[in-house]
Amino acid sequence: MRDIIVIGGGPAGVSAAIYLKRFKLDVAIIMKDQGTLAATDHIENYYGIVEPVTGKDLFQRGIAQAKRLEIPILVEEVTGIDNFDNFIVRTDAQTHQAKAVLLATGANKTGLKVKGFADYVGKGISFCAICDGFLYRNKKIGLVGHGEFMREELEALANISQDIVVFTNGETLEKDVEGHPVVTDRIKALRGDDLLRVVETTAGDHQVDALFIAMGTASAADFALRMGAFTENNSILVDEKFMTNIPGLFAAGDCIGGLKQIAKAVADGAQAAIAIHKYLRNKP
Amino acid sequence: MALKITTDNFKNEVLEAKVPVIVDFWASWCRPCLMLGPIIEEIAKDLDGKVKVGKVNVDEEGYLAQQFRVSSIPTIMLFKDGKVAKQAVGLMRKEDLLKTFGL
Ligand SMILES: Cc1cc2nc3c(=O)[nH]c(=O)nc-3n(C[C@H](O)[C@H](O)[C@H](O)COP(=O)(O)OP(=O)(O)OC[C@H]3O[C@@H](n4cnc5c(N)ncnc54)[C@H](O)[C@@H]3O)c2cc1C
Repeated sequence: MRDIIVIGGGPAGVSAAIYLKRFKLDVAIIMKDQGTLAATDHIENYYGIVEPVTGKDLFQRGIAQAKRLEIPILVEEVTGIDNFDNFIVRTDAQTHQAKAVLLATGANKTGLKVKGFADYVGKGISFCAICDGFLYRNKKIGLVGHGEFMREELEALANISQDIVVFTNGETLEKDVEGHPVVTDRIKALRGDDLLRVVETTAGDHQVDALFIAMGTASAADFALRMGAFTENNSILVDEKFMTNIPGLFAAGDCIGGLKQIAKAVADGAQAAIAIHKYLRNKP
Repeated sequence: MALKITTDNFKNEVLEAKVPVIVDFWASWCRPCLMLGPIIEEIAKDLDGKVKVGKVNVDEEGYLAQQFRVSSIPTIMLFKDGKVAKQAVGLMRKEDLLKTFGL
């Protein structure tokens, strides 16, 4: 078991890991990819950057810095976190155990940007199969997603109903869905009465009783929902020590909201690391 | 203590109550519901006498959950004079829940 697992290899995660390593803690970073920085091609407002750098370049420097300090970096996608006495972090490759977890997964996703989405959240639209699945026993269930996160949710839903349709919403299906029908057309709108009834795609309508959302990669808000951590306006709520309401679960960077800039993510990471160090020292 | 609300006592305890009633629709397999549990109990204690607080286990009381179109849990409803006056979905801090309900 490790002392602490940092999920995310961006500015917040790497900054935290560097401080945690210097506290001589057993820390590892688990990350899927370059995160937000992959989309950033001109950074010139961060301290010490004279000539503008690309996000990719800055990301690589962060990873190189962590590697030089001998911080293990595992390129895996986290699919779930369980907390009992300690934390179990499940990835697409294996499971890890740690005494504490830092979520540094970047900005949380906002859901589908289509007409009707906001109207039917909690009225047929759900973000968590293990929370709401049973309310739709043997009903017709739609599931939006195309990757590992979708496959995990599909597994949970398949115990509840056989009537499941996967909507990739224009993305390429990356995982096997074991015979469930797949709709690849883009979703245009969601309709219904006081409950969601219809998923309208560019190629036609599909009747559903519920629509579960598992787009792209699971983010901090998805983990928070399943673990019972507070969120507000789609950001993780943390105290002044960067800890959520779940002891040992910390969060930093874009996923906790506030200024979405590298300088703030780096500062969050440093402060979270100091708090994590204290937390682990006092943990029985 | 929050009251256990069932199909049998629903009319009497909720619809015909003289005070506003907060009803928490929950289930034991739902993590956010379990985290909300103690918050609901705290509200029951804080607002004792002013507001009644009850819990509906959607697993045992499927009919009530369906009747009120509960499609995501936890769902928390505020009943006033036999009608749903306010509704909230998902785990929330105590102060946010009370604010949503205007309490
Ligand atoms: C177009 C654009 C331009 C920007 N320009 C600037 C700028 O000029 N200056 C500036 O200061 N800021 C800029 N920003 C903001 C900046 O990029 C972010 O504030 C910063 O990257 C946030 O850092 P973070 O560590 O919180 O998250 P991220 O950098 O997003 O890192 C998240 C990490 O978590 C990983 N991850 C997520 N989910 C999982 C999972 N399930 N399993 C495993 N790993 C996971 C990702 O792979 C990634 O490694 C810009 C943002 C955008 C979108």
